[in-house]
Order: sequence, then structure tokens, then C-alpha cells
Amino acid sequence: MKKILLIIRREYLTRVKKRSFIVMTILGPLLMAAIVIVPIYLATTTNETKQVAVIDETGLFFEKFKNSDNIQFHYLNTDIHSAKEAFGKSKDYALLYIPAADVALPTNAILYAGTQVNINVKSYIRNVMSKRIEDLKLEAQLADLTKGNSSPIQLDDLLRSIKTSVDISTIKIGVDGQEEKSYTEVSMVLAIFGAILIYFFIFMFGSQVMRGVIEEKTSRIVEVIVSSVKPFQLMMGKIIGVAMVGLTQFALWVVLTFIIITGVTTAFIGNTLPQGNATQLIGQSTGGFDPGKVINMPSDQQPAGETNEVFAALNSIDFPVMIGSFLFFFLFGYLMYAALFAAIGGAVDSEADTQQFILPLTAPLILAIIVAQFIVQDPGGPMAFWLSIIPFTSPVVMMIRIPFGVPILEVILSMTLLLLGFLATTWMASKIYRTGILMYGKKVSYKELWKWLRH
Amino acid sequence: MDLFSAAHITKQYAAHRALDDVSIAVPEGSIFGLLGPNGAGKTTLIRIINQIIAPDSGELMFAGKRLQPQDVEQIGYLPEERGLYKKMKVGEQALYLAQLKGLSRREAEKRLNHWFSKFGIMGWWNRKVEELSKGMQQKVQFIVTVIHQPRLLIFDEPFSGFDPINVNLLKEEILNLKATGSTIIFSTHNMASVEELCDHIALINNARKILDGNVKSIKERFSTNTFEVRFNTFDRDLHAILPETYEILQTGMDDTLRVARIRLPEESKPNDLLSLLMPHATIHSLNEIIPSMNDIFIHVVTKKEASE
Repeated sequence: MKKILLIIRREYLTRVKKRSFIVMTILGPLLMAAIVIVPIYLATTTNETKQVAVIDETGLFFEKFKNSDNIQFHYLNTDIHSAKEAFGKSKDYALLYIPAADVALPTNAILYAGTQVNINVKSYIRNVMSKRIEDLKLEAQLADLTKGNSSPIQLDDLLRSIKTSVDISTIKIGVDGQEEKSYTEVSMVLAIFGAILIYFFIFMFGSQVMRGVIEEKTSRIVEVIVSSVKPFQLMMGKIIGVAMVGLTQFALWVVLTFIIITGVTTAFIGNTLPQGNATQLIGQSTGGFDPGKVINMPSDQQPAGETNEVFAALNSIDFPVMIGSFLFFFLFGYLMYAALFAAIGGAVDSEADTQQFILPLTAPLILAIIVAQFIVQDPGGPMAFWLSIIPFTSPVVMMIRIPFGVPILEVILSMTLLLLGFLATTWMASKIYRTGILMYGKKVSYKELWKWLRH
Repeated sequence: MDLFSAAHITKQYAAHRALDDVSIAVPEGSIFGLLGPNGAGKTTLIRIINQIIAPDSGELMFAGKRLQPQDVEQIGYLPEERGLYKKMKVGEQALYLAQLKGLSRREAEKRLNHWFSKFGIMGWWNRKVEELSKGMQQKVQFIVTVIHQPRLLIFDEPFSGFDPINVNLLKEEILNLKATGSTIIFSTHNMASVEELCDHIALINNARKILDGNVKSIKERFSTNTFEVRFNTFDRDLHAILPETYEILQTGMDDTLRVARIRLPEESKPNDLLSLLMPHATIHSLNEIIPSMNDIFIHVVTKKEASE
């Protein structure tokens, strides 16, 4: 045990001291921060005014949507069918439809648009609607109180009882009038982002393990080391050491990204931000890791400047669940693949010989990334389900599904299978590894590997 | 007493038997030569002793007990295929390898300081390995092999890659280690160094042990009763003097003296040869021709191959 710690320590320290690690640590957050900041910046500078037509069957929101430089609202008195037909010919950007609610207050609306709806427009509408409904609720509560119909209640309870979540579904209307349901942009961006990050991390750190093994083999130090420790200890020490490098990098990215975003936004657009909103991004992240929780869009934001609405959207993301599931699926996905990468490294003599083995190994990962766009369209469908259960694709595909909400049982099943997959590949890989590292100058075929595996 | 012994070791790889019922016994405090042509199974045997691989059958004993996993801390191994992490600093790397052998960081540092100054490479402590010459790297490698003061040392072709000066330095160190009580297994093709260093040998060929024992007694066993005589004032043919059972292998001149190599019949003694020659010549010297390990090696290996 003491020896495996020594190995982990060496693998970790030699890597985090490398220049490439430091460069990646700085470049990563810059890139991620840019992804967040650039749209905000563009949103503040855009001059285009978007026309939104409103059909309000409830009549509660008349004159509530305020025109701004970017968005202008006008109310229609037609019914929704004729409005939809007219929409294609009009110059309107979007059509907001608030259907009459069966119960007292509406909690949903539909936004029709020709293209993907701008996140600012949608957030603004949601904020105005929820604010209005909350006001109405508050009025009703106060009316009850003054009439003495109800017992006095705590302020906290009061606030909680009036809190309202408005669900706005967006529907894309094609040129030919075809309707297509489009999904929440934030979830989609997050899904793809998480999937790519996992894919990238597994690939990057998996091949680091492989290169490490090849380095030990070509420099011929491996035989000295396995005369002190078991080959399995050496392999696991390396895999764990590199995993810790990956986690360190990820943690630094998260922290640095938030620091950069906070810094830049307060410096450039700080005036429009209510105090403490950026720190709220992190501060909000309390509560346990609950990957099964369906992430919805709470709308408890105060209406504020438009730039703030991106933050509102970001704020609505359940970061503990995202980061928690990212860590699990990255860690075990990595562990499973890293063992196989180590086996490849042990079997070959130089990096040039690895191609024939790497392609089949990484094919499931590449497949998962290719089908990502279809899974985003249908995150609950059979393809999404199966690919998020099979261990070789589950780390990537589960990351795509989680922002849309996944039943807790499926998550547990997926995690269990991934764990078993990790144990199985490690067991197989250690057999190939321990034979391979002592073989020099031999071109290895699949037939040969199979022999080592059974030996 | 034997520090290490292996009994009836067999190791089979898929289509090829690497070791077939091989037994060796290494007496404590001796230098034991493990000889054999390439591919004979020496490295497999050494890896089994180091517990890098396990034998299919057979028993391994270390210091009177069955060989245990923790015994690796009592063994130092310098493999034939050896190297260091190229990008790592010399001192840091030596510390790491010493700690893997069970030394504490402080103890390792203390001993490394001693060895580094002894070999005059203290200035290299913070240099990367790739900046070192091959000979320098070999020195570092030697140091990390012996740093934990193991009871059993295994050197696989230790002299390859060293220049003659460093070969001597290494030989001295090996003899020093022996003097301080270490037991050494020494695998090599270099028969001259075997004669110089080894007390016992085992010769492995085609996965089988074909010869083993004390170096001196092996040489006696392989002596062919051949003698070299130097004499002068010779006027008669040797064939006329010696009976037919005396085989004259070679005759010639050495400055002013005549030299002849003669193989005596089995029951004859050098005195018999002398009494036959004395009436006819003045004898200057008589030496027994003792076969070199090289001769024995070639003789045994080729004979075995011819018979198979």
C-alpha cells in the first residue's frame, strides 16, 4: 500500500509540474469563460430590435411586457390559429401564446418562433410572467390577511407559497408551417458541453496513461520497478495518479472559470448586475448530489437588465448535480478506459504501433459523440436509454441526458454497470499488461493478446 | 548454507518451454555465475527469482524459508534490459527507486549521498537523466540496485555498456559487496569475468541445466590430462620416444625452446611423461593445460546440441 502511494505521488507530481499541464490549466478556463462572456457581450451590444407578438387569453399580462431597445411587444386580438398562420408573413421575431388557464393562474406559455428563440427573450418573458403571477398571489394572500380569513403566517412561508415556476415551451415554426418542438437551450448547451468534456478528459488522460506505460517500457525502467512492486500496483498507481491530475485540472478549471467570469463581468458590465449575482452562481450550489432530480427552470429571479438573464439561465442549472455526475462519470469512465489504454501501452513497443488497438477501443466514445445530437433531440428515447446504460458509451451519453432529467433508477443502473465495466476491464487489462511490459521487440497481434488474456 | 535455492523449476509459455526442471543452489556469501547461450532461459529464471513472474511448478527458498513477496526488499536486481526515467532528475529518481525498495526517505537520502560522492557524481543530483552519458546512467543504475543493502544481488550482464575503466570499478564494487557478506548471482556471456569472479556456476542450455558446481572442480572435471612441455637440444622425433597412447597435439618453437602439447593416456601421470622425455632432452617447464570456462562452455553446449 505504501508503495502504491509512492507510485501515485510520482505519477501525479511529474505531470502537474509539466509545462503542458500549466498551459492547459490557463487556456481551458479562458476558453470556457469566453463561451459564457461572449454571448453576454454580444447581447449588450446588439442593436437589432426583436418584435414579439403576444396573444394573452388570460388578460393578466396586458401592458406588463415593457418594450426595451432590444425587444418590443405588441398585443394581438386574433385567436391563436390565425395568428400562427399570419406569423409566417409578418416580420415578428416570435409569437407568445399564453393560453387561458383552467385554474386560477396560468403557469405555462408557448413561444412560437421561426428560429431558435433567443435566450434573453425567453428569460425576460419568463421573468415578467412569474413576477406578475407572484404579485397576484401576494395580493390574494394580503387580501385574505386583511379580511382576517386566515391565521397569521410567517414571512418565509408566505414567500415560499407565492413562488412560481413558469414553464415556457418553445416551438419552432418552419417556413412550410411545420411545427417542431425545440428544447431548452441551456440544457442542450450544457448536455453537449458535458459530453464533450467527458469525451475529451477520457481521451486525454487515457492516452496519458498509455504514453506513460510506453515510456516505462521503451526506457526499460519497467523491469527495475516490477522487481520492487507487482505489475498490478504499478498499473493502478499510474492510473490513479493520472486520474488525480485530471481531477486537479478540472477543479482548477471550475474555480478559474468562475473567477474570470466574475472578474470580467464586474469590470465591463458590472453596473447592470445586481450585487452578488455572480457569486451566487457558486453560492447557490448547495444541497446533495442528486443526479435523478429532474432539472427544471425555476423563475425566482428579480427582473433586471438583459445581460442578467443569461445569468438567470445559468443560475437555474443545478450545478451540484451537474458537477457531481460529471465527476462520477468522468472518474469511472476514465478508470474503465484507462485500464485498457494501459494494456495497449504494455502490449506495444512504440507509440506508432498503438493505432490498430486505439481505434477499436475508442470507437464507442466516438460513436457516443456522433449520436449526441440525436440524443439531445430525444433524451428519453430508446437509443439514449441503451447508450446511457452500456458502460462503454454511458459516461458520454449520460452526461447528455442528465441536464434534461433522468429517472433515478436508470442512473443507478448505469452507474452500477459502469462500475462493473471498470472492474472487468481492469482485470483483463492487468493480464495483458503484466505479460506485455516484459516483451520487447515483438509485434503484437490480437491473437497474441487473446493468448495472454487466457494465460 | 544456501541463501537461495530453486528446486525443479518449470515454466511453460504457450508454445515454448522456457525452463525445464531446473534446480540451482546459491551458497551464502558466494558469487554464483548463471551461464548459458542467448535464449537459454536465464532471464526467465532471474525473473522468477525476482518474483516478476511465477513458475508453473517448483519450489523457491530464500534464507531457509519459502520465498515470500516481501523478500523483494532483500533482493537487488540489475536487469539486462535496464533504463531510467529520462525526464526525471537523477537524485529524485534514485530516491524514488530506493523508497520503492522499502527505504525511508531520510535513510535513502543519507545512503545516496554516500554513494554519489563515492562515484563522484554528486554534481549530477539535479540534472535530468537524459543529460547523462550512458556510463553515468549505468552508475546511477548500479547505485539504486545496491542502495537497500540487499542480501541477494542479481546482476544480468552487468558489464555491457561500460567502458573498461568502469568495468574495473564495477568489478571492484562487486568484490567489495561479496566481502561485506552479500550473495551475488551473476549472469553473463563474458567467460573471462566468470573465471575472475565466480565461485560457483550453473550452465543452462535449451531450458535445461546441463552443468553446475564449484568453478575449480568443474575445471578439474573437464581437464583432459594435457600438458605443455618446453625443452631444448632435441635431436629425435617425439613420435619415436613416446608410445602411441600419448597423443601429440601440437609442436612448435618458442624462441630457442621447443614446445609441445601432449595428451596423456587416462591412467598416466605427468611424471610418466617426464621419465620418458628426460633421457633425450633438457626440460625447462611442464604445465598442465587447464580448460578455460570458455572452452568448457563451448564444449558442453555444442556437444549437447550435437547429441540432440
